[in-house]
Amino acid sequence: MTTKQPDVWSSKLGVIMAVAGSAVGLGNFLRFPGLVADKETGGGAFLIAYFISLLIVGLPICWVEWTLGRFGGTQGFNSSPGIFHAIIKKPWGKYVGLLGFIIPVGVYFYYVVIESWCLGYAWNSFTGGLDLGKDPKTYADAFAAFTGLKADGTVLGLGAPFLFFVGVFILNFVIIYRGLSKGIEFICNWGMPLLIAIALILLVRVLTLGTPDPAHPELSVWNGLGYMWNPHDISKGLSNPAVWLKAASQIFFTLSVGFGVIITYASYLKKNDDVVLSGLTATAANEFCEVGLGGMITVPAAFAFLGASAVAGGTFALGFNVLPQVFAGMPYGHLFGGLFFTLLFIAAITSSLSMLQPGIAFLEEGLGLDRRGSVALLGLVTAVGCTLVVYFSEGLKALSTVDFWIGDIGIFLQGTILIFVFNFAFGSERGWNEAHHGADIRIPRIFKFVIRWISPTFLSAIFLMFVLKNVAGWNLSFSSPVFTPTDPILDLIGGPGHPASGVARLTAFFLLLFAAFSALMIHRAGKRWDAR
Amino acid sequence: MLISVGAVTGLFVWCLIKVLTGKKNPEHLAHVEPVETKDLDRR
Repeated sequence: MTTKQPDVWSSKLGVIMAVAGSAVGLGNFLRFPGLVADKETGGGAFLIAYFISLLIVGLPICWVEWTLGRFGGTQGFNSSPGIFHAIIKKPWGKYVGLLGFIIPVGVYFYYVVIESWCLGYAWNSFTGGLDLGKDPKTYADAFAAFTGLKADGTVLGLGAPFLFFVGVFILNFVIIYRGLSKGIEFICNWGMPLLIAIALILLVRVLTLGTPDPAHPELSVWNGLGYMWNPHDISKGLSNPAVWLKAASQIFFTLSVGFGVIITYASYLKKNDDVVLSGLTATAANEFCEVGLGGMITVPAAFAFLGASAVAGGTFALGFNVLPQVFAGMPYGHLFGGLFFTLLFIAAITSSLSMLQPGIAFLEEGLGLDRRGSVALLGLVTAVGCTLVVYFSEGLKALSTVDFWIGDIGIFLQGTILIFVFNFAFGSERGWNEAHHGADIRIPRIFKFVIRWISPTFLSAIFLMFVLKNVAGWNLSFSSPVFTPTDPILDLIGGPGHPASGVARLTAFFLLLFAAFSALMIHRAGKRWDAR
Repeated sequence: MLISVGAVTGLFVWCLIKVLTGKKNPEHLAHVEPVETKDLDRR
């Protein structure tokens, strides 16, 4: 008789690299710089709110997730439903972990599609296919053609975009099939240092750009840095709820907390493995990549070549329209452009792998599937979800619908659940002691109070604001509040001048179906765990 | 900019040094199971 060897990390640095790899994603290099550079809600006020949010929400929840994950692992569980089942010890406890399965798998539906764009753009850049001249419209058209932005169904077929997507999709499952240490850990151990090395090369290139066009001396990389980093009116900014909402949301999303990933990764630790220093190191690695590298590369480069107006178009516009223009304008631009999109691809694949592991863990321990079975079933489910996103590409409607309901609302909800479970189901005193079991460093005592009271209160307030703004359409004004339903809501229910979107409705229906299917699987898994 | 970038870089380097020079997990060297005392407690 053979016994299945449990998955474990092969080294402490390996798990830190894997968690950091999960956290470091496209947002570090594209979304964060755009937020800091925002003239209304960016600047010094944003950074102060950002670092405060890091201290009172990001880091505490990170430690909470690491602690609960390692505890769940010692009880023989690796998935969110299993870990919550072990902690809450009530028949409904396992359903509290439902989001920890739905969120990573749901986000994978569209994240792997964006990841394939990065690989495609890297390839096109290295081969000179992205050198499209100086007309910005050409770059926008190239992006629209690559992503099928203008009509549904245009990406499916045997064209390059679809082949890149299929290749990246299969690559993820090949790596995940190899297991925790030979798959995820191996990729992250090589990928993260490579990512940082590429980022440092690009940083040197950007900082030595000087003034690319002598006819426009105001467009220099130093002015670009100033445009991005100079503090605006800090007191005015900090009294603006939008600044806090953006800062706290960015911290929340960038650290992958509430995602269901850290809790699963930490469950593969041994009982006496440290979680405090490991959690802090993974967080610090993410912040270094976001603030130290991401904040120094994209916006200053775009400003130096194209001016302030170029950096105001949002994440996708900055990454796939503006930056290709920037690289086309610099010497050896195809090389630096290729390196930049390779960096994005590495950041994306280390994140997408982390989205699959919670699903694999649940299918194996919940349904008793072996690795081949779990990979096949998860592959089938994600193939359906990804096909929906790839096919309904017009206006990226399916992608943005999944992103909103799963990637925004779902993550906030799961993060809030996590901190309440830690404090009130697990017990904050017990949790504090559990966190310090085997710890290499001690968490400052002030964080005991922060985790117990400040984090849940702050997170609940931010979540409420997020829902009021993005669902109810609140204008974030306390003196004269106005509520106008937002696009994701109007897409579902329709409104004056905004007909309901069939694609958004179909996508939401699919997500509900997926949630119901997941709940059924958890129900079945519960019977298995009770019998155990 | 210098404060933000300097702070996160310093924290990252400090953490890396702590991890790389930290104590080895004793489990890897000689793992000893903690003694369970449930039976003794019951008596």
